[in-house]
Amino acid sequence: MSDTTSGLLTILTLVVVLAAVYVPFGDYMARTFTSTSHTRVESRLYRLVGVDPDSPQTARSYTVSVLGFSVVSIVALYAILVGQQALPFGRDLPGMPWDMGINTAVSFVTNTNWQSYAGESTLGFAAQAGGLAVQNFLSAAVGMAVAVALLRGFMRTRSDDLGNFWVDLVRTTFRILLPVAFVAAILLVSFGAIQNFADHTVNAVAGGTQVVPGGPVASQEVIKELGTNGGGFFNANSAHPFENPNPLSNLLEMFLILVIPISLTRTVGTMLGRRKQGLAVLGAMTVMIGAALAVATWAEAGGHSQAARLAGGAMEGKETQLGTWASAMFGVFTTGTSTGAVNAAHDSFTPAGGGTVLVNMMLGEVSPGGVGAGIYGILIMAILTVFIAGLMVGRTPEILGKKIGTKEMTYVALYTLSVPAIILVGVGTAIALGSTPDAMGNPGGHGFSEVVYAFTSAANNNGSAFGGITVTSHFFQIALALAMLLGRFVPIVLVLALAGSLARQGKVPTTAGTLPTHTPLFTGLLVGVILLITGLTFFPALALGPLAEALA
Amino acid sequence: MNRLHLSSGFVRQSLVGLKLLVVMTVVLGVVYPAAVWGISQTAFHEKANGQIVSVDGKDVGSKLIGQNFATKDDDLFHGRPSAGDYDGLASAPSNLGPSNPDLLSAIKKRQATIAAIEGVDVADIPADAVTASGSGLDPYISPEYARLQVPRVAKARGLTTGAIEKLVADHTDGRQLGFLGEPKVNVLELNLALPDR
Repeated sequence: MSDTTSGLLTILTLVVVLAAVYVPFGDYMARTFTSTSHTRVESRLYRLVGVDPDSPQTARSYTVSVLGFSVVSIVALYAILVGQQALPFGRDLPGMPWDMGINTAVSFVTNTNWQSYAGESTLGFAAQAGGLAVQNFLSAAVGMAVAVALLRGFMRTRSDDLGNFWVDLVRTTFRILLPVAFVAAILLVSFGAIQNFADHTVNAVAGGTQVVPGGPVASQEVIKELGTNGGGFFNANSAHPFENPNPLSNLLEMFLILVIPISLTRTVGTMLGRRKQGLAVLGAMTVMIGAALAVATWAEAGGHSQAARLAGGAMEGKETQLGTWASAMFGVFTTGTSTGAVNAAHDSFTPAGGGTVLVNMMLGEVSPGGVGAGIYGILIMAILTVFIAGLMVGRTPEILGKKIGTKEMTYVALYTLSVPAIILVGVGTAIALGSTPDAMGNPGGHGFSEVVYAFTSAANNNGSAFGGITVTSHFFQIALALAMLLGRFVPIVLVLALAGSLARQGKVPTTAGTLPTHTPLFTGLLVGVILLITGLTFFPALALGPLAEALA
Repeated sequence: MNRLHLSSGFVRQSLVGLKLLVVMTVVLGVVYPAAVWGISQTAFHEKANGQIVSVDGKDVGSKLIGQNFATKDDDLFHGRPSAGDYDGLASAPSNLGPSNPDLLSAIKKRQATIAAIEGVDVADIPADAVTASGSGLDPYISPEYARLQVPRVAKARGLTTGAIEKLVADHTDGRQLGFLGEPKVNVLELNLALPDR
């Protein structure tokens, strides 16, 4: 069998499995968020923490809950990371330095999972499982909650009710993430991922000793993918054989990365009572991710780089058993979903392959985007699309029965500008600093790409890296923490404000003049607008980095 | 007044958040990994513990973690170049960019070394032999790279190439389930299968 056949069959298998769960899982998630009954355990939990689960929240109250919970989470995680020597299973490691602690705490609470540390040499098992993995669940649940609140904005009429944040958070965690993670973790161990609590020293065959690392890896690995978090237990992330032991586990992990972002389009269709709307959104995501997959695979499998031509294949930074196809695939899915886990070194990808995963993030994480974040991101883009289409024909834009007025458009415009502004200001500041060239791991345009990649990854809450860059200076730790924080919460505040303003509106009836938003034409317009925004914003940066390198 | 209301709301909501976070940490950070551990250790004991390989009662490595197999007599199959020199606590790729002169010269140097010790043309050396892996701990090499090393290992051990070739063939795994990933040879297992001199 040729590599091409093998690669295409792998993609086909993934598509078939995703298609099989799309309807039942998407509808299950919709029921999770619309059901009015609480399980007994949930009710007891709400009583324990002092929440009335049946009291709806306004946009402002929902926002305050999201921010309050996130602030508490960052402080608690910071305490765990810098004070980990007080915890059991600490492997005799000291606490993190303060700047790394801030960076890491912000990183995991914002669902970014940017890592300025190497897991196996920095963290004990308690900090990993009890600190980082907990936020892998909860930060994903926060993203879902915000997406659902936006959907309620479209569903409600003349109402202030966006649902209850705590209920959305608890249900996402207990009804969706935890059950899937538990089953997947056992499956992953059966494939060869480890789950233990002890490093093991062996006498190596050629002499000397080697430490075979241990840890509760499988339980953290699955939620790292399922929650589109991406922070590896080990420094090498999913390239590490204990995180991702073979091509079958690689397939499982790609499935976990994609299953919620993809199935959420069904959830949207079901909750809005407009199934075709979900398919139109899925269509736009599929077009973008398909194109990225084609380019990255062409570049990696074809070995279109200086190093690959010299070596006889683009295998630098890739595992033997995964090869170029499965590495390109994983790279595209992990950057398209804001996951940021890697099973190969993106820094060593060919110029076109590395450029593709960078652009994938610059699209704003909507192809298909992170858990929850992808859906609210693409709905914002859909609003922008009806606005632009409305301008062309001189009509007041409307979408899903809601008018898009000045207020709504202000939120959308700020959303669209916020993340690119964070990235470009961050990159500009870094480049203006004399110390930055020393932090770059590679010379020339590629070194510049490392800086662009770092801020793009942080602000979009992706977390993958062109890993050659050294980001342990105070400047990078704090600047990237700020980028992650602003890149997460500025959009969330705007989305919730938008949701509140949509919920307060009445419904506008669909007329002959309404631009239908569930058609292939709209899907095409939506993709066009996303590409246009990305291109206008990032072309100069791309020209200096990957484009210059690809043409060199 | 409005601001005061908001800030007291924020504090109250944060307290709810703190209580919820404590509960969640117990459930997701303690019970969940412990439950996965309990089931894994019972049902998949060997895998959950990293598939440690022992010889004569002595642990010599993990099936999934590559090692540096360079010896004085050069009588073992070599794994891939490693950016972390197969340090089990320092998994890492090289992170060298695709046009970085350092990477290009490293590849050329590896090609020259392998061509010399294996007695082959540079053109016959597969890519995995001259590139560092993503993990720095890659336990596998391509079947092509394994076959290329057969004459050297056979000579160093005073065995026929036929015998070693058969061992390589026996230790070559095809694509998983017939279509997933790449064919591969586990270097640790192959080296342990070599007969003593």
